[in-house]
Amino acid sequence: MKIHEYQGKQIFQKYGVPVPRGIVVRSPDEAERAAKELGTRVTVVKAQIHAGGRGKGGGVKIAKSPQEAKDYAKQLLGMMLKTIQTGPEGQRVNTLYVEEGLDIEKEYYLGVTLDRATSRITFMASTEGGVEIEVVAHNTPEKILREAVDPAVGFQPYQGRKMAYGLGLTGDSVTKFVKFCKALYDVYIETDASLAEINPVVKLKNGDIVALDSKLNFDDNALFRQKDVVGMRDIAEEDPQEAQAKEHDLAYIALDGNIGCMVNGAGLAMATMDTIKLVGGQPANFLDVGGGASKEKVTAAFKLILADPQVKAVLVNIFGGIMKCDVIAEGVVAAAKEVKLTVPLVVRLEGTNVELGKEILKKSGLAITPADNLRQAAEKAVAAIK
Amino acid sequence: MSILVGKDTRVVVQGITGSAGSFHAKQCMEYGTQIVAGVTPGKGGQMFEGKVPIFNTVAEAVKQAGANTSVLFVPPPFAADSILESVDAGIGLAITITEGIPVNDMIKVKRVLEGAKTRLIGPNCPGVITPAAKCKIGIMPGHIHRPGKVGIVSKSGTLTYEAVFQVTNLGFGQSTAVGIGGDPVHGTNFIDVLDLFNKDPETEAVIMIGEIGGSAEEEAAAWVKKNMKKPMAGFIAGVSAPPGKRMGHAGAIISGGKGTAGEKIKAMTEAGILMAASPAELGTTLAEVARRANVKLA
Repeated sequence: MKIHEYQGKQIFQKYGVPVPRGIVVRSPDEAERAAKELGTRVTVVKAQIHAGGRGKGGGVKIAKSPQEAKDYAKQLLGMMLKTIQTGPEGQRVNTLYVEEGLDIEKEYYLGVTLDRATSRITFMASTEGGVEIEVVAHNTPEKILREAVDPAVGFQPYQGRKMAYGLGLTGDSVTKFVKFCKALYDVYIETDASLAEINPVVKLKNGDIVALDSKLNFDDNALFRQKDVVGMRDIAEEDPQEAQAKEHDLAYIALDGNIGCMVNGAGLAMATMDTIKLVGGQPANFLDVGGGASKEKVTAAFKLILADPQVKAVLVNIFGGIMKCDVIAEGVVAAAKEVKLTVPLVVRLEGTNVELGKEILKKSGLAITPADNLRQAAEKAVAAIK
Repeated sequence: MSILVGKDTRVVVQGITGSAGSFHAKQCMEYGTQIVAGVTPGKGGQMFEGKVPIFNTVAEAVKQAGANTSVLFVPPPFAADSILESVDAGIGLAITITEGIPVNDMIKVKRVLEGAKTRLIGPNCPGVITPAAKCKIGIMPGHIHRPGKVGIVSKSGTLTYEAVFQVTNLGFGQSTAVGIGGDPVHGTNFIDVLDLFNKDPETEAVIMIGEIGGSAEEEAAAWVKKNMKKPMAGFIAGVSAPPGKRMGHAGAIISGGKGTAGEKIKAMTEAGILMAASPAELGTTLAEVARRANVKLA
């Protein structure tokens, strides 16, 4: 799960990660008032969308007066902001965050995430603040300092010092950076984050270390114990179909193709998309109905897939293991009838009682194209839309 | 012979009275698995299906029923604690089926496992099966398996079943099939299982199935290049997956340009693994690589 920058900063503040003063606004007048109230020579007006790359996409403006803050707010609110992460249509800006201007001396990068190779939460710090960390990692990996945290003892001050001196910090800033890192680690652990990234962290002229940005992602598996985090969810930022899928406990991801897929199991679902591409088609989605593939879930899955106007054919690929193929076939037929399916439907069933299952599909009176294996199913689906 | 589980495997089911636990415990017993105990705190003293004693703790199940392997169907909020209980009780192999355990919980479990005698399989995996020993521990459909010489290791449940089914339909069988799960922090990895298959005299060839995310497949490929003596077929799911999206499994995500299918396929091919272009060709790809290596699978 993702949240907005301003929400991330609220969490930061709670755990003692220093952030600039800021005010959330939803109208140009509020922006003007906020800039006045902050009272700094300049203020920063920042579009709040979940995607990164907002600065380069024109979603962050420096206002030299409250009037300018108001003008920028007018310009930003309601616009479709396009960044490298939003996709071509962009993301609608509904909320702005107005922040005080600061006297910045230098920018740094600081990120905390899981290193899968070591199964340890790992800090990454770099002097290349404001630059995309992937680019730094690719071009100059030696510029990224790494500190893995032993979960038995948690983040230790020496690790903060190693990074601080490695970044070239001196004097009070070293101690401030160590405290900053410890607080950030607390945020990561206490909120079950999966990524806590600050790009940039800045050193001010007075030596303070401040989080100029915040990017917090959370472990979906841990949301059951993170009620505050769940309360920050912004449905408007999510793909409506993906949100609907979550309601039905389906794993669904929209893609740009025209062949809808319904599969049981994440690996098989991916492999189904891959095979559609392999034979020259384009999958419209990733969809895992889960091991059970019950009638209710299959119906919900059909509705989801067909809500996408691009879908010209549907491929159902189910390996019936514990759940037998005849039961699955009955579910598919009932669901197809309930949603009044009009596009071609290719079904590949395999596993227990497969012959019975195929018989049910045949006798259903629906125009179902059966397939014996995944490649054939993909080929038939591609042929059906040509 | 086989790997991980066999004739001497005595299983305790943690969470045996839950809906998934009881359903699959019964399925495993029908297959022939020696389920010797169940654990549900507060239900100690009861019997499961009239023949399996239920204990309050894993330690009691080990002491009184001689359990040496555990399988966990415990719900996600309590699963990490239950794995640690298995470790504490001296269980040799803990197979965790539970899907959705918080990553931070697993990071702690993984730390405790360092130096412990317990081997963890999973979480979020279908389990382990050795058909020749009639030992099925997990949620896989038992009847598609057949005793044989092919070792299978996979991150994905249903893709494992695909591979198993094709191997069986070609007239071959499996020595052991292992699902290691697709979570970012997990116990046994590809290399651990491949090493076991390499040393197992009954395993003649191996199928390895990976997916996008992380670098476990690349690391396994490097190991295979150096050490593997047996012919291998492989498949990677997610060639068409968009970056930055979690594809069902918590670990199946391409982030920062890392963990793409292309890189994995390249590494595995360079290691001498014959890659199937689609999972429909897993069985035939294996047959081809065995033929080239002059290895008889049936």
